[in-house]
Amino acid sequence: MANTSKSAPRRVAFLGLFIALAMILSYVESLIPPLVAVQGVKIGLPNLVIMFMLYRVGSREAITVSLIRVVLVSLLFSSAMSMAYGLAGAALSLSGMMLLKKTGLFSPITVSVVGGVLHNIGQIAVAILITGTKQLVLYLPVLLISGVIAGVAIGICAGLLIKRFEKLRF
Amino acid sequence: MKKRDFILIGGILLFALAALLAVELSKEPGAYVIVRVDGEETARYSLSQTLTADINGGTNTLHIESGKAWLTQAQCPDHLCIKRGMIDEAGETITCLPNRVTVTVYGTETGVDLVS
Repeated sequence: MANTSKSAPRRVAFLGLFIALAMILSYVESLIPPLVAVQGVKIGLPNLVIMFMLYRVGSREAITVSLIRVVLVSLLFSSAMSMAYGLAGAALSLSGMMLLKKTGLFSPITVSVVGGVLHNIGQIAVAILITGTKQLVLYLPVLLISGVIAGVAIGICAGLLIKRFEKLRF
Repeated sequence: MKKRDFILIGGILLFALAALLAVELSKEPGAYVIVRVDGEETARYSLSQTLTADINGGTNTLHIESGKAWLTQAQCPDHLCIKRGMIDEAGETITCLPNRVTVTVYGTETGVDLVS
């Protein structure tokens, strides 16, 4: 653990706070009417929390919060089926973001863009597997472009937060 | 943001735009639709007819008219499949992820030369 000096209850409290925040952002996002009639086009507000955690808390904590968020949100606000899409997207996007961040070569904006794009790739892969419709891959270009735009927006916001909380240790 | 950031993001965008162009250019008129539920083909309808059909025991309703297909009814929270609108070109798909239903347009059989 990165912060062994901090007490366990403090860590648990902070993780709970982050999970609640990620869940609220998922809910807020579900209220935004879809701009394009292609499933999967979204801003990815919860990624703001995950990005912040990757840079300011730790990879292990980011994985924990991401996983718990997907499971709780799909059970609360949508079907259990959406858990498959969510988990595939989250797993792929988190692995990509962690790898890219580890290289230390790229800015948070790029890390967030790769996360957004990989999230959409993961979701479409699961959608093809579940529906058995290969043609869904034709929607990948639209999803890639929307993933880049969303990733840039979230990356800029996350970058600001990461900068502001430079001296805070969780 | 450094130069390599712009190269990576630009590369992804360039690839997406090229793929989008390829998809748009390779479009051909559709001839029939295949309805799939849970990955299994359940029905196949020609686009040159007028019909209304229930899918998946009524979770979705498909309508075909003047060479176009669209969904008129869906029992899911978001109704994205209805908002998707009409499809009539090969490769276009209406997806209802909550009900695991897809309707995909197919063109004329490949390898068959209709002109000669």
